[in-house]
Amino acid sequence: MTAKTYVNIEIQDEVFIARLYGELDHHSVQPLREEIDAMALQNRPKELILDFAGVGFMDSSGIGLVMGRYKLAQELGAELRLCGLTAGSKRVMQIAGMDKLAKF
Amino acid sequence: MKAYNTMRLSFDSRSANEAFARTAVAAFLCPLDPTVEEILDVKTAVSEAVTNAIVHGYRNSIGKVTVSASLYENKRVVIKVQDRGCGIEDVTKAREPLFTTAPEEERAGLGFAVMESLMDKLKVSSKPGKGTTITLERVIRSKEAANDSAR
Ligand SMILES: Nc1ncnc2c1ncn2[C@@H]1O[C@H](COP(=O)(O)OP(=O)(O)OP(=O)(O)O)[C@@H](O)[C@H]1O
Ligand SMILES: [Mg+2]
Repeated sequence: MTAKTYVNIEIQDEVFIARLYGELDHHSVQPLREEIDAMALQNRPKELILDFAGVGFMDSSGIGLVMGRYKLAQELGAELRLCGLTAGSKRVMQIAGMDKLAKF
Repeated sequence: MKAYNTMRLSFDSRSANEAFARTAVAAFLCPLDPTVEEILDVKTAVSEAVTNAIVHGYRNSIGKVTVSASLYENKRVVIKVQDRGCGIEDVTKAREPLFTTAPEEERAGLGFAVMESLMDKLKVSSKPGKGTTITLERVIRSKEAANDSAR
């Protein structure tokens, strides 16, 4: 019914790109954040990018994911950036005022 | 006024059912010919309410979540999400943006704020120890109307 949700991580120099795919909800988000955190703590990037281009659906669990990665970025002294937000994801992010936390 | 079409689902409060519930409601609304945006709004609101029932209502247990939807004249949709879980002590407080009782799970405390802004109406009725019923209401404009106004 719904495609599997997963993350594809690419690290180049000090830039960490996590490309998200599928539907972000309470059920699917947990393994993604574990994977992102483990890789980021290992590589300690200067820039953390979350790419939402492959996200077809998200609810407030997606906001939780961003807020948590914002804290992680602060711990690492890195900058957090969001990209590829589709209209639907953007609407949810704006309700949450995420445009004030991270660039997108 | 009487609904001209209704449906009712009951499922276990397992997180895997979050996607099932929102997709089923979206499919039920298809005959109204909603826009992509409208479908996404309704799916998001249903996902919030169902997740709350699973995460908060039945915190340490598995119970039944019931989702029903009714269609009324003029494309008005009423959706109810009900659990018989722990209930909410202070509904006014729970509805405040950023209020959450589960910050350690990376919950943002924005579920109610999201439901409120994506739907026309949100009603929360809850009794501690008895459970919670969320009522979501939205009028669908339909693609036709959206096209007309774009013309
Ligand atoms: N069905 C429910 N049963 C019991 N308590 C609930 C229920 N729904 C909501 N609550 C309470 O209301 C609070 C606020 O809910 P809301 O959905 O706004 O935020 P959240 O679920 O904590 O975080 P988020 O939805 O952003 O992940 C919850 O933390 C919880 O204490
Ligand atoms: Mg919630």
